Amino acid sequence: MTKRILILGGGTGGTLTANRLHKKYRGRIDITVVDENNDHVYQPGLLFVPFGLTQSEDLVRPRKRQLRRGVNFVESGVESVDIESRAVTLANGDVLGYDVLVIATGARLVPDETEGLTGPGWNEKVFTFYDLEGARSLEEALDDFDGGRLVVNVVDMPIKCPVAPLEFCFLADWYFHERGIRDQVELTYVTPLDGAFTKPRASELLGGMLDERGIHVITDFNTGEVDGAAGTIVGFDGREVEFDLAVVVPVHSGAEYVGRSPGLGDALDFVETDPHTLQSQAAPEVFVIGDAANLPASKAGSVSHFEGEVLVENIVRFLAGDELDSSFDGHANCFIETGFDKALLIDFNYEQEPVDGHYPTAVGLPLLKESRLNHLGKLMFQWFYWHSLLPGRDIPGIGAAMPTAGKHLD
Amino acid sequence: MPTTTIAEVAVEVTDDGFFVDPDQWTEDMAPILAAEAEIPELTDRHWQVIRFMRDEYFAKGTGPTVRMLGKTSGVSVKELYQLFPMGPAKTAALLAGIPKPRGCI
Ligand SMILES: Cc1cc2nc3c(=O)[nH]c(=O)nc-3n(C[C@H](O)[C@H](O)[C@H](O)COP(=O)(O)OP(=O)(O)OC[C@H]3O[C@@H](n4cnc5c(N)ncnc54)[C@H](O)[C@@H]3O)c2cc1C
Repeated sequence: MTKRILILGGGTGGTLTANRLHKKYRGRIDITVVDENNDHVYQPGLLFVPFGLTQSEDLVRPRKRQLRRGVNFVESGVESVDIESRAVTLANGDVLGYDVLVIATGARLVPDETEGLTGPGWNEKVFTFYDLEGARSLEEALDDFDGGRLVVNVVDMPIKCPVAPLEFCFLADWYFHERGIRDQVELTYVTPLDGAFTKPRASELLGGMLDERGIHVITDFNTGEVDGAAGTIVGFDGREVEFDLAVVVPVHSGAEYVGRSPGLGDALDFVETDPHTLQSQAAPEVFVIGDAANLPASKAGSVSHFEGEVLVENIVRFLAGDELDSSFDGHANCFIETGFDKALLIDFNYEQEPVDGHYPTAVGLPLLKESRLNHLGKLMFQWFYWHSLLPGRDIPGIGAAMPTAGKHLD
Repeated sequence: MPTTTIAEVAVEVTDDGFFVDPDQWTEDMAPILAAEAEIPELTDRHWQVIRFMRDEYFAKGTGPTVRMLGKTSGVSVKELYQLFPMGPAKTAALLAGIPKPRGCI
């Protein structure tokens, strides 16, 4: 009988996995992708929407069209997974069996978990740019904002793309400069971390860059409540930060069905996963890719991309009864938009924090250093996303394992 | 790694005071560590969190984050901050004799 691979989630990780598997098996295997809607959003583009730098419609394409012909697509939510009987119940009532299950349902925003966040002022004075609707309403609000206190607040980690809120600060600085009102805006970044970023060398550099731009930083701040009516963010330790406009990144959890499926996830509904093979700890035939995993890696599209190579190799090995490849190293790279047409590039993995040097490709993008070339890289990435990353093509010179050549390591 | 003496036992700790080997920890060390963290008295609620931290560490290899604690320890995040005003995840890990929680990336 033809083996069945069922992929839950048709976002970055689910799509590239389906396409890579399809290339490997050429129709000799049944591949089905399930997603609750047919709108594939290019999420890195959300950062640019509030500043009018991109049209939100341009970020959305039909999911089904990103899948190679021969891959089945089912538009439905997921109700639950029964690991014992290897069956997935969909929201539309259908039950799908599988030989291999891939969890690729990403991370979900949970603003309701923070007291007051979705109360009075939500989408009037308090916004998020982490989804399309939020990014669009924030664009209008920024347009109307003529001065005052703008606070960017990360409630708690983990979040998708942990550099995005910093990029938001840098772009806000640029945006208000362009509008000639920078001196009337007080910009503050409020973070639960003890510095600008999680990794020491990048944190120091980014902290310095916030400082240079006159962006205040409040660290070790654990948000307990957002009071939109009063315009205050209150920490669990009693500290208060006042705002006229707040841009909040809500806490993230895994998909709700994970919590409804016994033995699948942790307390935050992320799936417990082997960091090197990407096999779930729940069952050998269940694999995980992207933000849905509980790994100590960044929740970023680049990570899903690098994981894809090892994941597909391991599904093939698993179905053939071979030993798994345990080479995934947590590789991530991120362009960090810093405003005024410049960006930084950072490249790291589980063990190695971001350092300076050059990325060892033909163009040799500078690492941990602002440059125009990196800004162009960030813009080009959108093209690569639709035309290389999702179809499952290898991007020349950018492999799954983190390169060390060109880096200034200690 | 520096060594320090707690309850008359030599214990290996990191520069920021976290235990290197959680097996070196004994219950009578917790009140001494608490006093250093400006917690004058350990209540049953403190102990509930400390025991939970150790169980989680031995099951998962790292202590939980505050949010995870709030969802699983039976003590709400608000109360956790009342019990450990200087930061629940870090302070409770310190008192429970486990390494600093890895936190997130
Ligand atoms: C503002 C912002 C900026 C970012 N910038 C960058 C960047 O510059 N670089 C970078 O590398 N990454 C960036 N990212 C992160 C990147 O977008 C994600 O890490 C990546 O998309 C993760 O892929 P995934 O497949 O795990 O999840 P997703 O792509 O989010 O896909 C998950 C899919 O699962 C579906 N789903 C969820 N629950 C269910 C359910 N119950 N039933 C059915 N379907 C379900 C969803 O509809 C979705 O399609 C950014 C993210 C944000 C929000």
